[in-house]
Amino acid sequence: MPVNSTHYLFLSLLLFSIGIMGTLMRRNAIIIFMCIELMLNSVNLLLVSFSKLFADPNAQIFVFFIMVVAAAEVAVGLAIIVMMYRKVHSVDINILNRLKH
Amino acid sequence: MNLYDTLFWFLSAVSVGCALGVILSRNPVNSVLFLVLTFISISGHYILMNAQFLFIVNLIVYTGAIMVLFLFVIMLMNLNADVEPQKGQLVQLAGVVSGGVLFLVLLAAVKTASPVPIDKASIDIGLITNLGKVLFKDFVLPFEISSVLFLSAMIGAVVIGKKEESAPLPSGE
Repeated sequence: MPVNSTHYLFLSLLLFSIGIMGTLMRRNAIIIFMCIELMLNSVNLLLVSFSKLFADPNAQIFVFFIMVVAAAEVAVGLAIIVMMYRKVHSVDINILNRLKH
Repeated sequence: MNLYDTLFWFLSAVSVGCALGVILSRNPVNSVLFLVLTFISISGHYILMNAQFLFIVNLIVYTGAIMVLFLFVIMLMNLNADVEPQKGQLVQLAGVVSGGVLFLVLLAAVKTASPVPIDKASIDIGLITNLGKVLFKDFVLPFEISSVLFLSAMIGAVVIGKKEESAPLPSGE
Protein backbone atom coordinates (compact mmCIF):
# COMPACT_ATOMS: atom_id res chain seq x y z
CA MET A 1 0.00 0.00 0.00
CA PRO A 2 1.60 3.32 -1.00
CA VAL A 3 2.08 5.95 1.69
CA ASN A 4 -0.88 8.32 1.97
CA SER A 5 -2.21 10.91 4.37
CA THR A 6 -3.57 8.39 6.90
CA HIS A 7 -0.08 7.00 7.49
CA TYR A 8 1.16 10.42 8.58
CA LEU A 9 -1.97 10.83 10.72
CA PHE A 10 -1.32 7.55 12.52
CA LEU A 11 2.40 8.22 12.93
CA SER A 12 1.92 11.61 14.52
CA LEU A 13 -0.89 10.22 16.67
CA LEU A 14 1.46 7.51 17.92
CA LEU A 15 4.23 10.02 18.70
CA PHE A 16 1.75 12.28 20.51
CA SER A 17 0.48 9.38 22.64
CA ILE A 18 4.05 8.38 23.52
CA GLY A 19 4.60 11.96 24.67
CA ILE A 20 1.47 11.82 26.84
CA MET A 21 2.60 8.50 28.34
CA GLY A 22 6.03 9.91 29.15
CA THR A 23 4.51 12.98 30.77
CA LEU A 24 2.34 10.81 33.00
CA MET A 25 4.99 8.17 33.76
CA ARG A 26 8.07 10.11 34.74
CA ARG A 27 8.89 12.22 37.80
CA ASN A 28 11.94 14.01 36.46
CA ALA A 29 10.92 17.54 35.44
CA ILE A 30 13.41 17.65 32.55
CA ILE A 31 12.10 14.39 31.04
CA ILE A 32 8.53 15.71 31.27
CA PHE A 33 9.65 18.85 29.48
CA MET A 34 11.27 16.73 26.76
CA CYS A 35 8.05 14.76 26.29
CA ILE A 36 6.21 18.05 25.74
CA GLU A 37 8.75 18.87 23.02
CA LEU A 38 8.02 15.47 21.48
CA MET A 39 4.30 16.26 21.36
CA LEU A 40 5.01 19.63 19.71
CA ASN A 41 7.10 17.88 17.07
CA SER A 42 4.43 15.31 16.29
CA VAL A 43 1.94 18.13 15.66
CA ASN A 44 4.52 19.84 13.42
CA LEU A 45 4.90 16.65 11.39
CA LEU A 46 1.14 16.43 10.87
CA LEU A 47 0.95 20.09 9.81
CA VAL A 48 3.72 19.62 7.25
CA SER A 49 2.06 16.54 5.78
CA PHE A 50 -1.26 18.39 5.45
CA SER A 51 0.56 21.32 3.88
CA LYS A 52 1.95 18.88 1.31
CA LEU A 53 -1.50 17.33 0.87
CA PHE A 54 -3.34 20.58 0.19
CA ALA A 55 -0.37 22.31 -1.52
CA ASP A 56 -0.68 25.19 0.96
CA PRO A 57 2.47 27.00 2.16
CA ASN A 58 0.68 28.72 5.07
CA ALA A 59 0.84 25.53 7.17
CA GLN A 60 4.62 25.45 6.90
CA ILE A 61 4.77 29.07 8.09
CA PHE A 62 2.68 27.95 11.05
CA VAL A 63 5.20 25.19 11.78
CA PHE A 64 7.93 27.81 11.67
CA PHE A 65 6.10 29.94 14.25
CA ILE A 66 5.51 26.88 16.45
CA MET A 67 9.28 26.30 16.43
CA VAL A 68 9.84 29.97 17.39
CA VAL A 69 7.47 29.74 20.33
CA ALA A 70 8.97 26.38 21.39
CA ALA A 71 12.47 27.87 21.45
CA ALA A 72 11.32 30.77 23.66
CA GLU A 73 9.42 28.35 25.89
CA VAL A 74 12.47 26.11 26.34
CA ALA A 75 14.62 29.07 27.38
CA VAL A 76 12.20 30.17 30.09
CA GLY A 77 11.28 26.64 31.19
CA LEU A 78 14.86 25.50 31.62
CA ALA A 79 15.59 28.68 33.60
CA ILE A 80 12.69 27.80 35.91
CA ILE A 81 13.97 24.21 36.31
CA VAL A 82 17.50 25.45 37.09
CA MET A 83 16.09 27.85 39.69
CA MET A 84 14.06 25.03 41.24
CA TYR A 85 17.16 22.81 41.36
CA ARG A 86 19.07 25.59 43.09
CA LYS A 87 16.36 25.90 45.76
CA VAL A 88 15.53 22.26 46.54
CA HIS A 89 18.54 20.40 44.99
CA SER A 90 16.31 18.04 43.05
CA VAL A 91 14.25 17.96 39.85
CA ASP A 92 11.66 15.61 41.32
CA ILE A 93 8.20 17.03 40.69
CA ASN A 94 6.79 15.31 43.79
CA ILE A 95 8.68 17.83 45.93
CA LEU A 96 6.63 20.62 44.39
CA ASN A 97 3.43 19.84 46.31
CA ARG A 98 3.92 22.44 49.01
CA LEU A 99 0.67 24.15 48.07
CA LYS A 100 -1.05 21.13 49.59
CA HIS A 101 0.29 21.72 53.10
CA MET B 1 7.26 -0.71 -2.76
CA ASN B 2 9.23 2.25 -4.10
CA LEU B 3 11.95 4.30 -2.47
CA TYR B 4 9.55 6.82 -0.90
CA ASP B 5 7.62 4.10 0.93
CA THR B 6 10.75 2.30 2.09
CA LEU B 7 12.21 5.52 3.49
CA PHE B 8 8.89 6.40 5.13
CA TRP B 9 8.66 3.09 6.97
CA PHE B 10 12.32 3.20 7.99
CA LEU B 11 12.07 6.76 9.36
CA SER B 12 8.79 5.97 11.12
CA ALA B 13 10.31 2.93 12.82
CA VAL B 14 13.32 4.98 13.93
CA SER B 15 11.21 7.84 15.27
CA VAL B 16 8.75 5.65 17.19
CA GLY B 17 11.51 3.41 18.58
CA CYS B 18 13.59 6.37 19.74
CA ALA B 19 10.50 8.07 21.23
CA LEU B 20 9.92 4.92 23.26
CA GLY B 21 13.57 5.04 24.26
CA VAL B 22 13.08 8.60 25.56
CA ILE B 23 10.39 7.60 28.03
CA LEU B 24 11.82 4.19 28.97
CA SER B 25 15.52 4.82 29.58
CA ARG B 26 16.57 5.41 33.17
CA ASN B 27 19.48 7.71 32.49
CA PRO B 28 18.42 11.27 31.53
CA VAL B 29 21.43 11.69 29.23
CA ASN B 30 20.30 8.64 27.23
CA SER B 31 16.82 10.17 27.06
CA VAL B 32 18.22 13.35 25.55
CA LEU B 33 20.26 11.40 22.98
CA PHE B 34 17.20 9.34 22.01
CA LEU B 35 15.20 12.54 21.60
CA VAL B 36 17.91 13.94 19.31
CA LEU B 37 17.58 10.81 17.16
CA THR B 38 13.79 11.23 17.11
CA PHE B 39 14.12 14.83 15.93
CA ILE B 40 16.63 13.84 13.24
CA SER B 41 14.23 11.21 11.91
CA ILE B 42 11.38 13.75 11.91
CA SER B 43 13.70 16.03 9.91
CA GLY B 44 14.10 13.10 7.54
CA HIS B 45 10.33 13.04 7.14
CA TYR B 46 10.44 16.74 6.25
CA ILE B 47 13.06 16.23 3.55
CA LEU B 48 10.98 13.29 2.27
CA MET B 49 8.05 15.69 1.83
CA ASN B 50 10.42 18.21 0.20
CA ALA B 51 9.99 20.78 2.98
CA GLN B 52 13.63 21.80 2.72
CA PHE B 53 13.38 25.01 4.74
CA LEU B 54 11.69 23.29 7.68
CA PHE B 55 14.20 20.43 7.42
CA ILE B 56 17.15 22.72 7.97
CA VAL B 57 15.35 24.84 10.59
CA ASN B 58 14.34 21.74 12.53
CA LEU B 59 17.88 20.40 12.37
CA ILE B 60 19.47 23.68 13.51
CA VAL B 61 16.92 24.87 16.07
CA TYR B 62 15.79 21.60 17.64
CA THR B 63 18.73 19.22 17.45
CA GLY B 64 21.35 21.93 17.38
CA ALA B 65 20.15 24.45 19.94
CA ILE B 66 17.34 23.13 22.11
CA MET B 67 18.67 19.64 22.73
CA VAL B 68 22.17 20.91 23.45
CA LEU B 69 20.59 23.26 26.00
CA PHE B 70 18.85 20.27 27.61
CA LEU B 71 22.12 18.33 27.63
CA PHE B 72 23.95 21.24 29.26
CA VAL B 73 21.32 21.56 31.98
CA ILE B 74 21.37 17.83 32.71
CA MET B 75 25.16 17.76 32.90
CA LEU B 76 25.11 20.90 35.08
CA MET B 77 22.85 19.16 37.59
CA ASN B 78 24.93 15.96 37.52
CA LEU B 79 21.90 13.71 37.19
CA ASN B 80 22.40 10.01 36.55
CA ALA B 81 20.42 6.80 36.82
CA ASP B 82 21.13 6.38 40.54
CA VAL B 83 19.45 9.58 41.70
CA GLU B 84 16.68 9.33 39.11
CA PRO B 85 13.30 9.47 40.87
CA GLN B 86 10.92 6.70 39.85
CA LYS B 87 7.17 6.55 40.17
CA GLY B 88 5.49 3.47 41.61
CA GLN B 89 4.55 0.60 39.33
CA LEU B 90 0.84 1.34 39.67
CA VAL B 91 1.20 4.98 38.68
CA GLN B 92 3.36 4.03 35.69
CA LEU B 93 0.81 1.44 34.61
CA ALA B 94 -1.95 4.05 34.94
CA GLY B 95 0.06 6.44 32.77
CA VAL B 96 0.58 3.82 30.06
CA VAL B 97 -3.10 2.80 30.14
CA SER B 98 -4.40 6.37 29.92
CA GLY B 99 -1.98 7.23 27.11
CA GLY B 100 -2.99 4.07 25.25
CA VAL B 101 -6.67 4.79 25.74
CA LEU B 102 -6.18 8.29 24.35
CA PHE B 103 -4.39 6.75 21.36
CA LEU B 104 -7.25 4.31 20.77
CA VAL B 105 -9.92 7.01 21.04
CA LEU B 106 -8.15 9.31 18.58
CA LEU B 107 -7.45 6.33 16.30
CA ALA B 108 -11.14 5.46 16.27
CA ALA B 109 -11.98 9.09 15.51
CA VAL B 110 -9.66 9.36 12.48
CA LYS B 111 -10.00 5.76 11.27
CA THR B 112 -12.70 6.69 8.80
CA ALA B 113 -10.63 9.46 7.18
CA SER B 114 -10.33 8.75 3.50
CA PRO B 115 -6.74 8.01 2.47
CA VAL B 116 -5.55 10.65 0.05
CA PRO B 117 -2.20 10.08 -1.64
CA ILE B 118 0.37 12.72 -0.71
CA ASP B 119 0.63 14.96 -3.74
CA LYS B 120 4.00 14.47 -5.38
CA ALA B 121 3.35 17.10 -8.05
CA SER B 122 3.49 20.19 -5.81
CA ILE B 123 7.19 19.99 -5.16
CA ASP B 124 7.99 23.68 -4.70
CA ILE B 125 5.82 24.36 -1.62
CA GLY B 126 8.54 23.98 0.96
CA LEU B 127 11.37 25.72 -0.88
CA ILE B 128 12.78 28.81 0.80
CA THR B 129 12.00 31.12 -2.15
CA ASN B 130 8.32 30.26 -1.91
CA LEU B 131 8.12 30.30 1.90
CA GLY B 132 10.06 33.55 2.15
CA LYS B 133 7.60 35.31 -0.11
CA VAL B 134 4.66 34.07 1.97
CA LEU B 135 6.41 34.91 5.25
CA PHE B 136 7.29 38.48 4.31
CA LYS B 137 4.06 39.19 2.43
CA ASP B 138 1.28 37.71 4.54
CA PHE B 139 2.94 37.09 7.90
CA VAL B 140 5.09 40.19 8.44
CA LEU B 141 3.34 41.30 11.62
CA PRO B 142 3.56 37.89 13.41
CA PHE B 143 7.20 37.69 12.32
CA GLU B 144 7.99 41.03 13.94
CA ILE B 145 5.98 40.19 17.05
CA SER B 146 7.93 36.95 17.41
CA SER B 147 11.13 38.98 17.65
CA VAL B 148 9.61 40.85 20.61
CA LEU B 149 8.63 37.48 22.07
CA PHE B 150 12.23 36.29 21.78
CA LEU B 151 13.52 39.42 23.45
CA SER B 152 11.09 39.07 26.37
CA ALA B 153 11.90 35.35 26.69
CA MET B 154 15.61 36.15 26.80
CA ILE B 155 15.13 38.83 29.46
CA GLY B 156 12.84 36.52 31.42
CA ALA B 157 15.33 33.66 31.32
CA VAL B 158 18.11 35.94 32.55
CA VAL B 159 15.96 37.37 35.35
CA ILE B 160 14.74 33.95 36.49
CA GLY B 161 18.12 32.26 36.24
CA LYS B 162 20.02 35.04 38.00
CA LYS B 163 21.58 34.03 41.29
CA GLU B 164 19.76 35.64 44.17
CA GLU B 165 21.73 37.78 46.56
CA SER B 166 21.81 36.44 50.12
CA ALA B 167 21.15 39.91 51.57
CA PRO B 168 19.33 42.63 49.65
CA LEU B 169 21.51 45.55 48.69
CA PRO B 170 20.85 48.90 50.35
CA SER B 171 18.75 51.13 48.18
CA GLY B 172 21.54 53.67 47.86
CA GLU B 173 23.80 51.37 45.80
